[in-house]
Amino acid sequence: MSVGRLRGAFGGGRTALVPYLTGGYPTLEGAREVGEAYLEAGADVVEIGVPFSDPLADGPTIQDTTTRALANGADLDYCLGLAAGFADRAPVVFLLYYNVIFARGVQEFLREAAEAGVSGLVIPDLPVDEVGEFAELAAGAGVALCPLVAPTSTEERVARVGELATGFVYCVSVAGVTGVRDSLPPGAVELLRRVRPRTAAPVALGFGIGSERAAVEAAAEADGIIIGSKLMRLVGEGGPERAAGWLRGVREALAAASRVEAGG
Amino acid sequence: MRQKTETGYFGAFGGRYVPETLIHALEELEGAYERYRDEPGFVGELDRLARDFVGRPTPLMFAERLTREWGGANVWFKREDLAHTGAHKINNTLGQILLADRMGKRRIIAETGAGQHGVATATVAALYGKECVVYMGDEDTRRQRLNVVRMKLLGAEVVPVMSGSRTLKDAVNEAIRDWVANVEDTHYIIGSVVGPAPYPRIVRDFQAVIGTEMESQGRERFGGDPDAVVACVGAGSNAIGAFYPFVGREGVRLVGVEAAGRGLATGEHGASLAEGKLGVLHGAMSYVLQTDGGQIREAHSISAGLDYPATGPEHAFLKDEGLAEYASVTDEEALEALVTCSRLEGIIPALETAHALSYAEKVAKELGSGKNMIINISGRGDKDVEVAADALGIDAREAEVATKEVEPGTTSASEADEVSS
Repeated sequence: MSVGRLRGAFGGGRTALVPYLTGGYPTLEGAREVGEAYLEAGADVVEIGVPFSDPLADGPTIQDTTTRALANGADLDYCLGLAAGFADRAPVVFLLYYNVIFARGVQEFLREAAEAGVSGLVIPDLPVDEVGEFAELAAGAGVALCPLVAPTSTEERVARVGELATGFVYCVSVAGVTGVRDSLPPGAVELLRRVRPRTAAPVALGFGIGSERAAVEAAAEADGIIIGSKLMRLVGEGGPERAAGWLRGVREALAAASRVEAGG
Repeated sequence: MRQKTETGYFGAFGGRYVPETLIHALEELEGAYERYRDEPGFVGELDRLARDFVGRPTPLMFAERLTREWGGANVWFKREDLAHTGAHKINNTLGQILLADRMGKRRIIAETGAGQHGVATATVAALYGKECVVYMGDEDTRRQRLNVVRMKLLGAEVVPVMSGSRTLKDAVNEAIRDWVANVEDTHYIIGSVVGPAPYPRIVRDFQAVIGTEMESQGRERFGGDPDAVVACVGAGSNAIGAFYPFVGREGVRLVGVEAAGRGLATGEHGASLAEGKLGVLHGAMSYVLQTDGGQIREAHSISAGLDYPATGPEHAFLKDEGLAEYASVTDEEALEALVTCSRLEGIIPALETAHALSYAEKVAKELGSGKNMIINISGRGDKDVEVAADALGIDAREAEVATKEVEPGTTSASEADEVSS
């Protein structure tokens, strides 16, 4: 049921906004405020990063937030609670590293995630080759998978990811880690166009969307855009309101762009 | 058993738990390795450099006074400390630079803890004219200044890693991040039998020269297989290299020795096979030191080379299958063994190696006289003299060298750590 809910957040003629927050950053209570501010600014899906000590797909901005979150005492149970607080208003997706899932026990984790209302999972270090029975177990628990594809993925792998995606396909805009970039790398649009015909799932773009311009460019091709490092940096500089203000700007820019496109 | 390793798994261990962006590079590396590993030009170049540049074969030496002191099996030293750059690390970096060169990569990156792998990488990068960047925990750059200077002399850039715990595991993370972003023109020379497939297998194969030489030298010197092979295990590359040809062979005990640090009970150690839980770190499923919530814990050992919170997946496999046995030795016991070896054999071993030496005494006694035990002397101890001097109360200004009385479980190790950090 929650699988359908995540898919439902995409489409309807507009690009879904998927802002990211690190669970437990800047504080345990502060992360909740960040999520609330995102929802108020028009988030379609909230992505919660469950902190991990060794986040090797993340750049320095997000890693700093997870280091801080761990020091604040954030853990999986806390993040499940955080998710439950948002899930009645928007689908929640967890971004987490496989060891955190494995340490809890795959089945136990999936049961608890479903119970907390988590709709989907982004697991950066679980490529299609290693998914194995996890896909079936997740489907059984009603939690969607949002696997990643990269510009370096072969056609064969793009097809496998496209098939595996029960939530959305997470397109990584660059060969690189998460971080703030001003403009959309040229390979990003090409990747979106490669993925689109290979999947029935919505196609979202993430990693390095750091400006309104990049967001508008991405939205022309993607069903959703995921924004992480930029927002975490803004939270660090000026709190939830600063981040939400910027997100609102993106929302408006996207709306304006789609009006232009529609010939208005 | 061996077939499993071909698919990137050793039983349930290993795999490729990495971001999608890297899969292409890992497949490229695997393809290059399969293509070149038996190709005559590749093998010829590797053999020539192993001989002329590294100084292989390294000797098998009878440790006569130690044999007498322990009163058990004949003790033999496999002298990897005599390999160029002072440790076994060069066996792997040499093999990998040849692969990188054939793959057309112009840039080399590596992580390093104590700096030995960084030096071995900078060395081969210089030999092949490659740009070289070494990631090293900020803590470690201070603890191992000498090796930082060596790397810089060899033309490498040393990048202090400020993230996370600022030690080896964070240096690995940083190297992987660099690789994700520069995968087209860069090869990552990982330093041990860890990381995503095919690394554990490739590194093992390049290190297996140690065991292969032991095998033929043993036949020559004592007419058969050793009764035991003893090696230290951090992430595990020197041990896998020494063990590999003997795995599953009747009558050969394979003994890996982990770092018990300040004692297993204190939680401050590097014994992931003894105390770790199954989990994923740096792309592989293996035994990992971690919290109940799956956060990776910091390891501790007086020896920086054993200061890693996981062990290579093949060791996890050998342990679970009962094909090798694993023990652990405290900082203090390792220091004692370092002194014993220095004074009886005239060889100052690396602190890592001293762990193997310490436990080997027990193995020698269990085996009894007439048997043959080979200890892999994985590295020389020059890099460790400051840590050892401090822990043992050696004053360089005094003519007489005094050994501080130390009791098991007391403070020498923590003192060493204070000064070195």
